[in-house]
Amino acid sequence: MSVYQHPYKDVDFVIRHLLEFDAFCKENNLADVDTDFANVILSEADKFAAKYLVEQNQQGDLHPAKLVDGKVVETPGFGDSYNAFVEQGWPSLSASESFGGQGLPNLFSVAANEIWQSANLAFALCPLLGQGAISALEKHGSETLKAQYLEKMISGQWTGTMNLTEAAAGTDLAAIKTRAVQKDGQYKIFGQKIFITWGDHQMADNIIHLVLARLPDAPAGVKGISLFIVPKFLLDEAGNPAAENDLRCISLEHKLGIHGSPTCVMSYGDNEGAIGYLVGEEHCGLRYMFSMMNHARQGVGVQGLGITERAFQGALEYASQRVQGSDKAGNDIRIIAFGDVRRMLLMMKSGAEAMRALCYVAGFEYDKKSVAADEDKAAVDATIAFLTPIVKGWCTELAQELVSLAMQVYGGAGYIEEAGVAQHVRDARILPIYEGTTGIQALDLTIRKTLLDNGAQATLFIEQIQQCVDDLNMLEGAGDLQSALSSALDDGRAALAWLAENPKQADSVAAHNLQLWGYLLGGWLMAKSSIAAQQQLDKGEGDSEYLKAKLVTCQFYTEHLLVRTKASIASIKAGSEAIMSLSEEQFFSHVN
Amino acid sequence: MKVLVTVKRVIDYNVKVRVKSDNSGVDLSNVKMAMNPFCEIAVEEAIRLKEAGIATEVVVVSLGVKACQEQLRTALALGADRAIHVETDQELESLNVAKLLAKVIEEEQPGMVILGKQAIDTDNNQTGQMLAALTGMPQGTFASKIVVDGDKALVTREVDGGLQTVELNMPIIATTDLRLNEPRYASLPNIMKAKRKPLVVKTIEELGVSIKDHTKLLSVTPPPERQGGIKVADVAELVDKLKNEAKVI
Repeated sequence: MSVYQHPYKDVDFVIRHLLEFDAFCKENNLADVDTDFANVILSEADKFAAKYLVEQNQQGDLHPAKLVDGKVVETPGFGDSYNAFVEQGWPSLSASESFGGQGLPNLFSVAANEIWQSANLAFALCPLLGQGAISALEKHGSETLKAQYLEKMISGQWTGTMNLTEAAAGTDLAAIKTRAVQKDGQYKIFGQKIFITWGDHQMADNIIHLVLARLPDAPAGVKGISLFIVPKFLLDEAGNPAAENDLRCISLEHKLGIHGSPTCVMSYGDNEGAIGYLVGEEHCGLRYMFSMMNHARQGVGVQGLGITERAFQGALEYASQRVQGSDKAGNDIRIIAFGDVRRMLLMMKSGAEAMRALCYVAGFEYDKKSVAADEDKAAVDATIAFLTPIVKGWCTELAQELVSLAMQVYGGAGYIEEAGVAQHVRDARILPIYEGTTGIQALDLTIRKTLLDNGAQATLFIEQIQQCVDDLNMLEGAGDLQSALSSALDDGRAALAWLAENPKQADSVAAHNLQLWGYLLGGWLMAKSSIAAQQQLDKGEGDSEYLKAKLVTCQFYTEHLLVRTKASIASIKAGSEAIMSLSEEQFFSHVN
Repeated sequence: MKVLVTVKRVIDYNVKVRVKSDNSGVDLSNVKMAMNPFCEIAVEEAIRLKEAGIATEVVVVSLGVKACQEQLRTALALGADRAIHVETDQELESLNVAKLLAKVIEEEQPGMVILGKQAIDTDNNQTGQMLAALTGMPQGTFASKIVVDGDKALVTREVDGGLQTVELNMPIIATTDLRLNEPRYASLPNIMKAKRKPLVVKTIEELGVSIKDHTKLLSVTPPPERQGGIKVADVAELVDKLKNEAKVI
């Protein structure tokens, strides 16, 4: 059984000292919230997860959802946990108060999401995607639709899904074939969607599908896609789920991991057509979908953090107990004493802490946006837009390496299912794939978020990091840290300059650019953490053991992870020559 | 009927307890603190009495440092109506706690007082009994069931030989055992509501109780670390060692 304890001290540190959340609350007259209150909420979330989710994680793996008589029956026990989750009000945490939400900062939601994802990733996917559906509806739905659907989706009584992908339309949504037809004053949806996470289950009274489809007169390409709400059960006059809509799950995928999360093939309109309701205006669906995509993509980044933390804790526990060998005096040696094991543990520890800092910083931007003056909101949006592909792409890729290292710590025992870490390795593998692959995140960052604005947003971050390099002057003995961060920042500048010169090669090297930015932002936030931790120590405040460990963790990050910007910049500068020069035949030339 | 419930801030049961190097006590700096689990059961019982229409108001009280208010807020989030915090930085032994509580009871006049039977930090199991003696109220300790019947209460007690049920004249003092109930978790909306519930802070001076220590803590030592085992050749050697080395038989 793999263990999990909420890393509450690191979470408190990030919120209180790295983000300086309390000062933010004071400046913006947010009297009801502060770091202490975040801790109250998170400690309850932790209790909930410990009781309902942590152990059930393995149940989901061993007993996947099943398709029985056309209905998806989820993992035994998940329904009870979901009911409790809703009863305790967790889905409504950061949702708008006008629809029954608690209106708490998005930062709290990110921190709670970390707990859910560490505890039970397959389960937590259901409310995560629901949040995306809620935010799309909230922003773009008509008042009527909002009145009918939002409150129950926010409370979690009804769950939400996102239906984009089709067999021939994955990354290229222009290829969508699902049709929407206007008939008798209603939209009828016909078509098949694949990879629909939690597309059907028996945990909630209704499931609200957000479906992308094309109207008959639609312009070609992505400009002709519309977004519809298609509920599993149509609502009666009182607004309660009544008649079944013409849609069903026709098959479940057999997957490498996240077995507890049913991945459905959904069929719409096998008979008279599934009734759908247009969200916003016709042909604007893709834009609406993207507004929920940012949120969901950051959420997947947090999944990378969550599963890394969980796997790390298991490996740490194992390493502190597993005895191999003895010293000259005949005392047992536990493997946590060995340098290479410590290296692996520190990779996970420093990687997870850097990811946490980045995920929380990015999530906090939504709160900054909500208090920003109207004319300043666009600037915050640009920051969110820049950070999102890095949160998604970098955290989920790093999670692969770190979860794999967790298994490595166990040695052969880790490869055996009983140890529990094998599930994390399998579950983690989806993260760089869904909600836009790493390749897509890299292109998004490199082309749309960097080249298209002539590097404006990237430059703003470069300035902030330079400020941090300067601030390191006041941190005694931080010379190595300072020069390492400064050097990595130069790599960031060099990448920006090279891309500006060679925009046509951007797609070949985008993945390296994404990694460079991930490690660089991680290094920046770890350096800021060092400064904050040292300030605490100097004042004699806080838990000195934790703070000293933070300093060492930052040092390790700088020495072992931040240096990876060197490899990235070298590969970026190599450009696309080798990448593009093989002919397709040459790829096969070793076998043909 | 008003129900008064006591709540103690203690080291979280998940935390590995460390003894201070000078053996003066347990190291509580920067460790996670929580509501004593027996107090959680007490709060739960009071809330259930309120939900059943028997109690009309649930008042929670805690004595100690300012941070005790965290545990009071938790109790409010679970469903208590208001809180009283007797703030002091002094370490209070059971009798002093009982005297202060007796004063609060005098002011509040509850129909029932529910305490945890003991706190998981010092395991004294004294305060409830002392409080009963000081107030003259009948006590039902180690309760696994509390039934209110008019002006009487039937309290089922967990005793060595099984269960004992006592009939007490209200108002009463009850202390909780583990089987009394399973505490709920605070829901998110109730955590939010708890922020607005009244919490009154009082001092020992205001209560007019003079604090006098009757016991002195001499030292705290951790249990001895487990030593590695040895292999014995045969049963005879085992018996010999148990008899002569371990001296357990």
